[in-house]
Amino acid sequence: MHKLIDTPDVVIRFSGDSGDGMQLTGTLFADASALMGNDISTFPDFPAEIRAPQGSISGVSGFQVHIGNHKINTPGDFCDVLVAMNPAALRANVHWLKPTSTVILDADTFDERGLKRAGLQTDDIIKELGIEDRNIIFAPITSLTKESLKDSEMDPKLIVRNKNMFALGICYFLFNRSLEHTEKYFKMKFRKKPQFIESNKKVLRDGYNYASNIHAIQNTYVVKPATDLPKGIYRNINGNQAVAWGLIAASEKSGRPLFCGSYPITPATSILEELALRKDLGVKTLQCEDEIAGICTAIGAAFAGNLAVTATSGPGFSLKSEALGLAMITELPLVVVDVQRSGPSTGIPTKTEQADLMQALYGRNGECPIAVMAAHSPSHCFDAAFWAAKLAMEHMMPIILLSEGFVGNGSEPWKIPDVAAYPEIRPPVVAEGDTRYKPFIRDKKRMARRWALAGTPGVEHRLGGLEKNNNGQVSNDPLVHEHMVRERAEKVARVADFIPEQQVIGKDHGDILLVGWGGTFGHLYTALETLQELRINVSLAHFDYINPLPKNTAKIFGKFKKILVCELNSGQFAGYLRMQHQQFTYHQYNKIQGQPFTIEEIVRAVQQLHNPTPQQ
Amino acid sequence: MKYSPQDFKNDQEVKWCPGCGNYAVLASVQRALPDVCDVLNYARERFVFVSGIGCASRFPYYVNTYGFHGIHGRASAIATGVKVANPSLSVWQVTGDGDALAIGGNHFIHAIRRNIDINIILFNNQIYGLTKGQYSPTSKLGKVTKTSPFGTVEHPFNPGEVVLGARGTFFARSLDVELKLTTEIMVESAKHDGTAVTEILQNCVIFNDGTHAEITDREVRADRTIVLKHGEPMIFGKDRRKGLMLDGLKLKIVTIGDGGITENDILVHDAHEPNPGVHMMLINMQAPDYPVALGVIRAVSDHTYDDNVRDQVAEVQRKATIRNVHDLLHSGVTWKVK
Repeated sequence: MHKLIDTPDVVIRFSGDSGDGMQLTGTLFADASALMGNDISTFPDFPAEIRAPQGSISGVSGFQVHIGNHKINTPGDFCDVLVAMNPAALRANVHWLKPTSTVILDADTFDERGLKRAGLQTDDIIKELGIEDRNIIFAPITSLTKESLKDSEMDPKLIVRNKNMFALGICYFLFNRSLEHTEKYFKMKFRKKPQFIESNKKVLRDGYNYASNIHAIQNTYVVKPATDLPKGIYRNINGNQAVAWGLIAASEKSGRPLFCGSYPITPATSILEELALRKDLGVKTLQCEDEIAGICTAIGAAFAGNLAVTATSGPGFSLKSEALGLAMITELPLVVVDVQRSGPSTGIPTKTEQADLMQALYGRNGECPIAVMAAHSPSHCFDAAFWAAKLAMEHMMPIILLSEGFVGNGSEPWKIPDVAAYPEIRPPVVAEGDTRYKPFIRDKKRMARRWALAGTPGVEHRLGGLEKNNNGQVSNDPLVHEHMVRERAEKVARVADFIPEQQVIGKDHGDILLVGWGGTFGHLYTALETLQELRINVSLAHFDYINPLPKNTAKIFGKFKKILVCELNSGQFAGYLRMQHQQFTYHQYNKIQGQPFTIEEIVRAVQQLHNPTPQQ
Repeated sequence: MKYSPQDFKNDQEVKWCPGCGNYAVLASVQRALPDVCDVLNYARERFVFVSGIGCASRFPYYVNTYGFHGIHGRASAIATGVKVANPSLSVWQVTGDGDALAIGGNHFIHAIRRNIDINIILFNNQIYGLTKGQYSPTSKLGKVTKTSPFGTVEHPFNPGEVVLGARGTFFARSLDVELKLTTEIMVESAKHDGTAVTEILQNCVIFNDGTHAEITDREVRADRTIVLKHGEPMIFGKDRRKGLMLDGLKLKIVTIGDGGITENDILVHDAHEPNPGVHMMLINMQAPDYPVALGVIRAVSDHTYDDNVRDQVAEVQRKATIRNVHDLLHSGVTWKVK
């Protein structure tokens, strides 16, 4: 009989070849857990190659999921269970093991060939990797999958592709997961190929039964439903999907049709894909010939009165720079979403980073300030996109929403908000025949000009990249230029009057203020909890609004003895803060490895700052 | 409402060089727009002129409609966005040989490939004027300019060939000095559903004066150009005795009356023929061996991007179960936390 252990949370990492279906396996485990009431956080960690050489380290694809009976803020640093479908996957992930981890291996792949491909020197991988003390389960997953489907008439190659479901079955037993949701998924996914419904179900169940019969598994675990989640109806959502849906919500609230011009780029593509699905809601998408056309079609659409959007990642964002200047000088509403990835240039396309901040703030010719926001979690992407669109339209300006691979691809349960409770969006649209209309006359509060949609009778006008006076006439007058530069900058600065004050998590004064922005929120927040348990007097200010900064920023900073800015770059936000509020000293903690922080790293960095090691 | 050319002029001072061919094109367009309004029942606010960068690209400032002066090369993309966002607009792109065929080549060919319903007026003066005299992608091989002091070593584009290569459905050509013809073509362009490209051979008095003189000079124009009209025989020449015939897979010039050739033997222009073979030959005719083809060379009916988008949206919405954001957020798998 297996001993049932109640555990508050658990981290599982599925890893294998990029063709082994690990992303799907992890997603199914996460979905099943969410439906059983757990809070979850996921981290797909995959290579840029669609199919790297089989069995090689470079081809290892991972999906980490953290489930808990309480609020979960990160996908977890280290894993309790590692599923490795081949030696390369084990070798690539061995440093994510805890001393107590369970490791489930497909024994069939641990032959001479497999070990060699993974670059191992000896034939005792466990010893070579120094993990003899872990709970290692060598399960012949490939051969058992073949055995499971031997009576089917499937092609042997197809049979082997079901092995991820066998591994998933083992995990379902280990964590007492219900198979029901996953079986429903098979029904939906394979409704046109019913033979696959049965084969997947059989392999999943055989994996589950296999696990119940082996002695290597002595304990199983239960993670009870989370009890600290607010009541309501929940769904899973990933960051890119949430961006798309937030924009659609803004379109509904403003009455302006949504147009997205984009070019596919990792890791932003699924925003375009998600929007392309929504013809039912009248969303227009155009997969453009390049990144420049993405933003330029969006600018055209904005001129014609649509809520215009373009979504991209770093290299594409670079290509859009000139057109962003055009959107800025024509003062048209435009949302540019940059789902950041490791750079420079092509960098590590599938890995996360926060290194486009300076580019977002300054990467244009001329005096060209643009409002910049950041999304801090997958579900926050919904609100962030909504507010970005609201600000863009009501203030008549382009806005940059920074997301990042970790946020865009990550998913979590989300309490579905009541859209009716979201604020109205009222763009300053000009009425027909308004004889007083001049393109660059502004309102006093926001400094926003008014939006005369192309096609409106009586307010025909010309916009463009040339400097103009307030009446909209081309002007080379030196004083007009200076005046317009200042007005456009002032308009962006005024956004500070319309955004929420910066919140501090923890006490509003103390020894150390952790400062972050974007997708590091979950890690910083969890580190904060740990540090508070260690009785270190620390608080967290995590910024969603970057340009302009919230008005109370300096007031907050002034109440802490030390400020530690943590970010996944070499110190861009810290540098920006030094320019904006130079009276403070900013300490930095930076990581530039294409990977998220671990909680442990943050905790150590704070401890170090709090109690520096004496110099010898 | 009945419009006159005056309704499409505004108080902006036109800042092209004296003698620039662009003045004539501007006048032709301002004359054509009232006709377009008549024929298609448009009002002035439906017109949007979009441009990139270059001398020609100042054009939108001088037309009293909606206008958007973009950035270098991107006019096709901006125009595409305007049209997709509001398909009821009549969108006109004004561009030059550098803007459309060098820096903007990618957007130009993809707009044509999509067959989005926009009108592109391509001013071809075979030179970079606004940057003061560098060669362009249409400059003749060997052309001496500031950046090719010993002559270019590059083959030029023939814009019409590019249009056909991108599966264009409409291509026309005119001369800046042919106001009446340009006006007529503009109306035809507006009537065409799909991307309509009109190349205008335009003179730059400052940096490339006389580049088209070999065909535009009054003494030679009738013999060195042919104005094509759908359904009419391809006849040209001062005394209208010359014509075009097919000789195997080539065009040849014949003289009516010589060797028993009558008007009935002359090739009749079929702009509506989907096969681009003859259109390509017409586009490629060059002086002095052949007359340069003017008029609407190709106008073929095909699905437009706009129509396909509209039909697809209608089809999806007919079957849709998600009708608002609330439905969307609650679609798929959800669960309740009590």
